[in-house]
Amino acid sequence: MQNIVLFIIRKMTRLLSLLCAISIITFILISHSPIDPIQAYIGADMMRVGPEQRENIAENWGLNKPPAEQFYHWGSSLLQGDFGTSMIYRQPVAEIISEKFLNSLALMIIAWILSGVIGFVLGIVAAVKRDKWADRIIKWYCYTLASTPTFWMGLVLLMIFAVWLEWLPIGMGVPAGVLAENVTLTDRIAHLILPALTLSIVGVANIALHTRQKLIEILSSEYILFAKAKGEKGFTLIWRHGIRNVSLPAITLHFAAFSELFGGAVLAEQVFSYPGLGQATVEAGLRGDVPLLLGLVIFSSIFVFAGNLMADLISFIVDPRMKERRSL
Amino acid sequence: MSILEVQNLSISFKKYSKGLRQEQNQVIHNLNVSINRGEIVAVVGSSGSGKSLLAHAILGILPGNATVTGNIFYEGQLLTEQRKEELRGTEIVIIPQSVKFLDPLMKIGSQVQTSVRKRNAVTAQKKIFEKYKLHPTVEKLFPFQLSGGMARRVLVSMAVVSEASVIIADEPTPGLDMEVIKEAENSFRELADNGSGVMIITHDIEFALKVADKIAVFYAGTTVETAPVSDFSGKGENLRHPYTKALWRALPQNEFIPIKGSQPLANDMPAGCPFAPRCEQATSECSEGLPEERYIRDGMVRCIYAT
Repeated sequence: MQNIVLFIIRKMTRLLSLLCAISIITFILISHSPIDPIQAYIGADMMRVGPEQRENIAENWGLNKPPAEQFYHWGSSLLQGDFGTSMIYRQPVAEIISEKFLNSLALMIIAWILSGVIGFVLGIVAAVKRDKWADRIIKWYCYTLASTPTFWMGLVLLMIFAVWLEWLPIGMGVPAGVLAENVTLTDRIAHLILPALTLSIVGVANIALHTRQKLIEILSSEYILFAKAKGEKGFTLIWRHGIRNVSLPAITLHFAAFSELFGGAVLAEQVFSYPGLGQATVEAGLRGDVPLLLGLVIFSSIFVFAGNLMADLISFIVDPRMKERRSL
Repeated sequence: MSILEVQNLSISFKKYSKGLRQEQNQVIHNLNVSINRGEIVAVVGSSGSGKSLLAHAILGILPGNATVTGNIFYEGQLLTEQRKEELRGTEIVIIPQSVKFLDPLMKIGSQVQTSVRKRNAVTAQKKIFEKYKLHPTVEKLFPFQLSGGMARRVLVSMAVVSEASVIIADEPTPGLDMEVIKEAENSFRELADNGSGVMIITHDIEFALKVADKIAVFYAGTTVETAPVSDFSGKGENLRHPYTKALWRALPQNEFIPIKGSQPLANDMPAGCPFAPRCEQATSECSEGLPEERYIRDGMVRCIYAT
């Protein structure tokens, strides 16, 4: 128990230092980026804005102050729990993130579970049927997918299911032209299917290939040979010794893949104009919305860190070999 | 009648040499060995000479690229691949070399229980643990937590609970202290006394001489001599094959004379007797094909000059 507390304290220290470093680096990068936030905010109306008005806007947002002072200002209000106000949405950053995150969360959870389960099963089938046709098909499928960009996959699905077959809506999170209170759960689900499918299809390759490789290693191990010598065979053998041993690395890997999931979501949401975190990130980046972008960077770092932490915790708690190392 | 008899066993592996050229690499050739009920036979040979393959061939768990010829009989009945599959784990069991052969994520207790065939698994496991002085808490341990001696007892207990008639122990002694080795000796003797046939595959000739009734000397992929353990005495006058004699004389407590040269590799075998290049008595006739088996004084030998 004491070990776990120590483990968590160590991880939290690491998280804090990570967040500090990340916010400083992001801030420096943004302050050097060629995008002028005022111009990005005003857009086409730029011609009608005089230099005085510009200065007023800059004054209002505090953009005329040196970057260090801006950062200090932002950082101290962050410590009080204030993420600042988004320039483009004109809403508190925390509010935007929580709203967008809920949209993305549904998407990512579905994709994560689907790709995990399908990938794991495909990996096991491929390893057991190694070099048979089933393995070849799965391998071919995975290599193809692994080299497929997410946005391209999204476009293909969009073309097939939304444009040609017209089964599913073409994009967005809810139907266009419908009042918010009239949007049904079915509508939301219908809009979720394609982006979630895109993300899951692409995510399968990684976990399937990893599971396959790991299980092949296990199947050629000495303990499988001995189990065979004891008369175990077929499904019992795979179930008792194969799956038990392959599931831990597979689960760990899948938790550690949160970063890829997030990265994939950015692209998929962009293709489907799905109003999630990913789309907000792209918007914030392109239009120089520093508070929102910083908020998103911090949030996504925590998200990915949480994934890695869970991966560590699971192997820390479940794997008996790790337990032994703990007590040493 | 022997409980297990291996006749003319040859094992070769398909191997790709340069590019796509396939090569058959024969690792074991025309090997003969037999075990009776209540008998301990030690197959003695140097490390890395492919002795373990003999065990794997008997159990039918060789890898897919292996080709096996020759016959194996269990109680006089030919072992087909299907029959091997039925018998392994029930009538023929193996005691592996180390805990690496145990599932790393499965508790010792349940692993021993999976070896039980005929009785209640849990009670059988508890009983055998008591017998081998394994504390009940060992049940809950994982393989990596076992000490060397504990591991050995666990591995032997798995063979015992299976109540098999043929027990093959693969390298049972490396890295163990004298006390544990003594324990292993006793457990093998006990298994044999209960009517099983025990085959010990080892490089440890001293251990083999202490525990076995019959020694089969394995050299370059075949058995060059099979002799009762009593023949290993004095200056080795009763031994039949020059290699066995040299081996006996090389022991520290005897003359401590090393044998010159080394065993030929599987892909570089001499045409005739595999020992001829190192043999002092070798003549040109020795390189004309592998010597036939001859039965002399209650033992077998593959040497044309043996008396």
